[in-house]
This record gives sequence, C-alpha cells and structure tokens, in this order.
Amino acid sequence: MSKQSNLKVLLNGIIKENPVLVLILGTCPTLAVTSLAVNGLGMGIAATVVLLGSNIVISLLRNIIPDKVRIPSYIVIIAGFVTIVSFLLEAYIPSIYEALGLYLPLIVVNCIILGRAEMFANKNGVLASACDAIGMGLGFTLALLCMGSIREILGSGTWFGMRIIPESVQTMSIMTLAPGGFFVFGILIALVNCILMRKGKKPKETAGCGGCPMSGKCGAAAEGGCK
Amino acid sequence: MEFARNMMVILLTAILAENFILAKFLGICPFLGVSKKLDSAIGMSTAVIFVMVIATAVTFPIYVFLLAPYDLKYMETLVFILVIAALVQLVEMVLKKFMPALHRALGVYLPLITTNCAVLGVTMLDIDNWDPTVGFGTSFGNALLYSLGAGLGFMLAMVLFAGVRSRLDSEKTPKCFQGMPITLIAAAIVSVAFMGFGGVVDGLFK
Repeated sequence: MSKQSNLKVLLNGIIKENPVLVLILGTCPTLAVTSLAVNGLGMGIAATVVLLGSNIVISLLRNIIPDKVRIPSYIVIIAGFVTIVSFLLEAYIPSIYEALGLYLPLIVVNCIILGRAEMFANKNGVLASACDAIGMGLGFTLALLCMGSIREILGSGTWFGMRIIPESVQTMSIMTLAPGGFFVFGILIALVNCILMRKGKKPKETAGCGGCPMSGKCGAAAEGGCK
Repeated sequence: MEFARNMMVILLTAILAENFILAKFLGICPFLGVSKKLDSAIGMSTAVIFVMVIATAVTFPIYVFLLAPYDLKYMETLVFILVIAALVQLVEMVLKKFMPALHRALGVYLPLITTNCAVLGVTMLDIDNWDPTVGFGTSFGNALLYSLGAGLGFMLAMVLFAGVRSRLDSEKTPKCFQGMPITLIAAAIVSVAFMGFGGVVDGLFK
C-alpha cells in the first residue's frame, strides 16, 4: 500500500469513521470514565496503545492463525496487551490506574479493538494496520476527551483541574453522574448526525452491527441487525 | 435473620442502587441494541443472567484456589475472558443437545455474550468484593448472589427500557435526534429514576 492511502486510512478513523460518534462502538467506556477530562484522555490513550499492539501482532500473524479459532486467538493477544498496559499505568500513573479501575481490564471486551482486528488487521499489512490503529485510537481518544471536557466543565466547573467557571456559580453536578453521561453522549451524536445530514449523508440508525466482531455468528445480525 | 438480611442487601444493591446498565455503564451495547422489542429484551437478559451466574460459579473458585495462592493475580483478565468464552461455547452446545427449546429462545443471543462487558465485569467485581478473611462458602454464596442480582438488574433495565422505546417510536422527534440520540436521552431520564434508589437499600434494612 502506498503512503498516500496509509494517510487516508489514518484520517478515516479520526473523522469520517470515528468509532465512537459515527460508528457508535465502545459505548461502555465512553460513558463510564468521562466524568473527568483527564480520565477520558487516559482511557483513550490506554485503548490506543492496546489497539496499536494488537493490530500489529494480529496483522503479522494473520496467515498463521487458523480461521476457526481466530476470535479466541485475538482475545488472548488483546488481553495480553491490556495486562501490559495496566502494569505500565499502575507503575507510572497510579492516579489514572485508580480512576479507571474496573474499566481498564474491560478494554479486552471493547468492541472497537476486537472489531478492528476482525475487520481490518486480519486482511491488511502491518503498516496499514498500524495506521488504522492510530487513526481509530485517536478518534476514540478525541471523542472521549470531548465528552470528558463537556461533562467536567458543566459538572464541576473545571477542565483538567483548572477552574473555568467561577466557584460562585452553581455547577450542574448531575453531569458528572450517570444520567449526564447518557445525555451528553446523546447530544453529541445528534450534533454529528446534523453535520452528516448537512453533507447529504445518512446517519447510522442503530449500534453498528457491521463493526461488531460477532456479527458473523450473531443471530440478530442475520435477521437484519439488532434493532 | 442476619443472614437473610445480608442476602437481601446484596441482591437489592445489585438490582437497584448499583444497576449494571444505568449506574455502572456495563452492557450498554445490548442495552441499546436489543431493547427495541420486549421479547428480545427478555430473551437477551435471560441469557445474560444465566451466563453471569455460571461464569461466576467457575471463575470465582479459579481465582480463589489457583490465581490468588500462586500469586498470579495479574492473569485475572486473560484467564477470565478465556474461561467465559469457552463457557459460552459449552453452554451453547449443551443447550443445543439437551434443551433445544431453550436453545431456540436464547441461542441467538449467546455468541453476543462472550464479548459483553457486563459478564466479564461482574466476575471481576465479585473478586473485588472478595474478602479473604471470610470462609469460602459464605463468600462464594455472596458472589453468586451478587451475580444473580446484577443479572436481574440488567433484565429490569432492559424490560423497562423496551417499554420506553416502544413509545419513542411513535413520537415525532427532530431529524437529527432520530434513532440513537433520542434513545440515549431517554436512557438518561430512566437513569435519573434509578439514581433515586441510591439510599433506599440502606434505609430499608436499618
């Protein structure tokens, strides 16, 4: 693959096929860790590192792994990288490790990572897969940072710990709680839909079955998607 | 009495106050994907309850007797996801062979559950809640109960939300909000309702 198309693959993940806001994948971490911008950023970077590692390894092994056991093999590779990343975070940035808590090991079952392995890395070369991983990872990180910033500024009046809204103003603390997560995510997707419509494209109707790694086996997908 | 009280506290906490979907954000994909019709919502959540309890029954002893004593705690993620993946396959085969009626009802949802973060999440939360000073029998029972509660909470949220969604379909919403966005905003409102359960469980058994 030429340099030009690798760049296209990279940009594709950040904007046109943003995994969170356009493909609507990986919703659990998007909602759960974004009560503070710094946690969103930490989660995004952790997932990007895992995605980069797993995409490279899976792409290298794509001709060796037998087709029938590919999903379990991918899961083992991804779980290995998740363990490495959680060790690194625990050692060097313990505050983020504490804040992400349960959601750090749960990167293993993040649809984005398994989805990219299944859709891209097992069909493409190492360099293209790495570009895809960086693009998708950055798209994920940007979306999480965006969510985290909105929720932190509205909910606690700060951004990365800096005070944005003066303390005399009452903040909407519900934004940092569970309902705020759903609400901000809904508004953001509506905003993206508006932009897509203005460009004359049809927004996605449901959580993407195309991106779901299980779509081949899943009965719901065969019946026309999980509607 | 004390025993029954503890059981109720664990169960109700898992179902209401710490609802997996609406408070912990675990299992959002099936929540948004499969909640459009009531019967599929019930089928999916029954399969989740089933797998959650079985997965806990297998992973909890593995952690307590294999990983913890040999200082292999860092293998938790890897071991648990593999055990769950194998277990789901096994359950599917057993159901297909011996209980074809149940397999027809739950079969389509089982493969989806392997990569469901609610199942992996509940097995890991059980380990977080594990208190090594308590005897294995009690802690194992508590873990199973918590998993059952988490599954029931999952079902409650799915069923409630299926009702909300069937009404959403007949409403006229702005074009940008159709589909996913309005569903998420409805979920936000349902989740506000569940926040109200926060203090209820503690207050109930004081």
